Amino acid sequence: MSSPLLTIADVAVELPTPRGNLRAVDHVDLSLEAGRTLGIVGESGCGKTMLSRAVLQLLPKKAKLTGRVMFDGQDLARLAPESLRRLRGRDLAVVFQDPMTSLNPVLTIGTQLMETIQEHLELDAPEARKRSIELLAAVGIPAPEQRLTQYPHQCSGGMRQRIAIAIALSCEPKLLIADEPTTALDVTIQAQILDLLAREQRRRHMAMIIITHDLGVVAGRADEVAVMYAGRVVERAPTSALFKRMHMPYTEALLAAIPKLDAAPHTPLPAISGRPPDPTRPLRGCSFAPRCRYATGRCHEAKPALTSAEMPDHLYACFHPIQLAEGVGA
Amino acid sequence: MMQLAVPEVPLLNVDNLVVEYGLGNKTVHAVSGVSLQVARGETLGLVGESGCGKSTLGRAVLQLRRAKSGRVLFDGEDLTAMEGETLRKMRRRVQLIFQDPIASLNPRRRIGDIVAEPLIIAGIKDAVERKRRVHEVLSAVGLDPDLVAGRLPHEFSGGQCQRICIARSLVLNPEFIVCDEPVSALDVSIRAQILNLLEEMKTRFGLTLLFIAHDLAVVKAVSDRVAVMYLGRLCEVGPSQQLFANPAHPYTALLLQAIPVPDPDVRPAESVAAGEPPSPIAPPSGCRFRTRCLRADQRCSAEIPELREIAPGQFAACHHPLA
Ligand SMILES: Nc1ncnc2c1ncn2[C@@H]1O[C@H](COP(=O)(O)OP(=O)(O)OP(=O)(O)O)[C@@H](O)[C@H]1O
Ligand SMILES: Nc1ncnc2c1ncn2[C@@H]1O[C@H](COP(=O)(O)OP(=O)(O)OP(=O)(O)O)[C@@H](O)[C@H]1O
Ligand code: SF4
Ligand code: SF4
Ligand SMILES: [Mg+2]
Ligand SMILES: [Mg+2]
Repeated sequence: MSSPLLTIADVAVELPTPRGNLRAVDHVDLSLEAGRTLGIVGESGCGKTMLSRAVLQLLPKKAKLTGRVMFDGQDLARLAPESLRRLRGRDLAVVFQDPMTSLNPVLTIGTQLMETIQEHLELDAPEARKRSIELLAAVGIPAPEQRLTQYPHQCSGGMRQRIAIAIALSCEPKLLIADEPTTALDVTIQAQILDLLAREQRRRHMAMIIITHDLGVVAGRADEVAVMYAGRVVERAPTSALFKRMHMPYTEALLAAIPKLDAAPHTPLPAISGRPPDPTRPLRGCSFAPRCRYATGRCHEAKPALTSAEMPDHLYACFHPIQLAEGVGA
Repeated sequence: MMQLAVPEVPLLNVDNLVVEYGLGNKTVHAVSGVSLQVARGETLGLVGESGCGKSTLGRAVLQLRRAKSGRVLFDGEDLTAMEGETLRKMRRRVQLIFQDPIASLNPRRRIGDIVAEPLIIAGIKDAVERKRRVHEVLSAVGLDPDLVAGRLPHEFSGGQCQRICIARSLVLNPEFIVCDEPVSALDVSIRAQILNLLEEMKTRFGLTLLFIAHDLAVVKAVSDRVAVMYLGRLCEVGPSQQLFANPAHPYTALLLQAIPVPDPDVRPAESVAAGEPPSPIAPPSGCRFRTRCLRADQRCSAEIPELREIAPGQFAACHHPLA
């Protein structure tokens, strides 16, 4: 196995709030190799965005980050701001849910693309312009030359996301982090954008992290999936292994709660009762225990660590894992 | 206009409804000649992508936005012809639930007062009776009236706020509720709770629902029949099972194909969805879907396709429907 491009080791993010410290990310370990796609799924507030911001070193000022983020042999937490800035946008790129987070409303699309390209690559203006047009064409924008002179507000939401992707890809990054890139888009446009990301990822042999709350989005697109709950990774496995047999009750419950296209109308959904724990309150046992139908006394007392049983790459954090093969202990 | 086959005289009959907005000197053709019926006790799902006119249609049914032409018959009476006190009386029978539960609750008012507000507007002066009704509906949606009535909206999560909104919509004992994307802003686990609650309330209070959403699987979970809308017009209407198994309109098929399925063995189809929806300010001539349709021909740009029956109970507006 080649050494990973990205290693997240014991990363925790705490945010001070009036009600006390909030555990946004609670000691997460993850790694990703070049050319691979990792899907991070979880419900609102489980820490997906804070984890990706920890990787990008773009946390809110008052946030406290511990643990290590190794990218391409460098510890990002120890990098000087200037080197970090060079790294972001060049080797490490990001696409947000709202494309306007990364687009400047008062600059034309051409200016924004060319500025990014010229800042990171040694190209003169005509070359950068040529490159910009190629990129816009690659992300499926019709008449790219005309688009260069337009402003973001003159484009539809789907177009803006394509442009944000073009800018993110402009310097051939080694890792692209896409934080809910299609959540704000319509389903037919979502399919187009996901196809676009997958195609560019393959073509460039780029590593990618797709963050989403939709298990359907990662099912067909990620090599590996990490499921987050209340700031922690609670299950992690190669995608096909995970969907074949989920070992963590939360993952199972989450999948069961999704309305299925092939179910008959008026079939009651197996809902998960209650809601996630308050991240400012101390938590002793398993964070899912108050909602888990398999919970025992032990689950309320101790925190289950991420472990594996049958397959070394299928990890779960649960004392009473489900769907384990006969004879395999927890 | 054609009548769609429904088992009885419909509770709601929307007939050739046209709703437009002025935008500077331009016109937004938000709803352009939509007809649909909802039978008493039925849930009709309404799906379509952002901007296709779902909310506008829902609001026009309630007369919150007046139609340019067409009629909205509720229990046989034309709401578009009603005004003032008559309309106000009628509105007690028809309620609306919005997408953003938190934004639709006044942040400075207590939950008990928020839920009681429709009773006050309806002129119910007996405070004891009001309190009784508020307690009844709060319990019905799974909240403890004694614990929540005195609190403010910001103390509640999105899912709880949606429960409060549902309680408010039930307090006048309505017959019909327009649910405008009631679960779109909610997380998967909370969404399932609210969908189950709506189903339960429907049975318990004998409701008829128009359920608007952009998520086909969500719509299918609660709807007896589904209507698919594109750029201000209906593409297809039919019984849920049938419509999902055998879509007749190319747009319905496209929508179904684009949905990401939570199963890695189902390879996502390379998106056949070319392009984006055109602007409702200058919609295409003929069939409004023709700029994205693989089957489009000359006739599609010349002639507006009318809804016609493709299979029993299933209607599609297409010159070249799928087999
Ligand atoms: N700037 C902030 N200050 C304080 N707390 C924050 C801040 N941003 C996020 N949080 C909290 O941190 C936790 C993790 O939030 P995060 O945004 O990472 O969740 P997420 O998984 O990305 O959710 P979503 O799906 O809604 O985007 C949540 O409890 C959230 O309320
Ligand atoms: N007050 C308004 N003035 C002008 N145009 C409007 C107004 N309200 C809606 N529109 C336009 O009318 C069309 C239909 O909007 P509507 O809100 O009904 O769509 P929708 O299907 O509910 O979309 P969504 O899924 O985004 O809620 C859109 O093009 C919208 O931009
Ligand atoms: S550790 Fe216990 S409470 Fe947590 S998921 Fe497993 S069984 Fe449920
Ligand atoms: S009428 Fe023509 S353009 Fe419209 S959906 Fe049918 S085939 Fe396509
Ligand atoms: Mg987020
Ligand atoms: Mg709407």
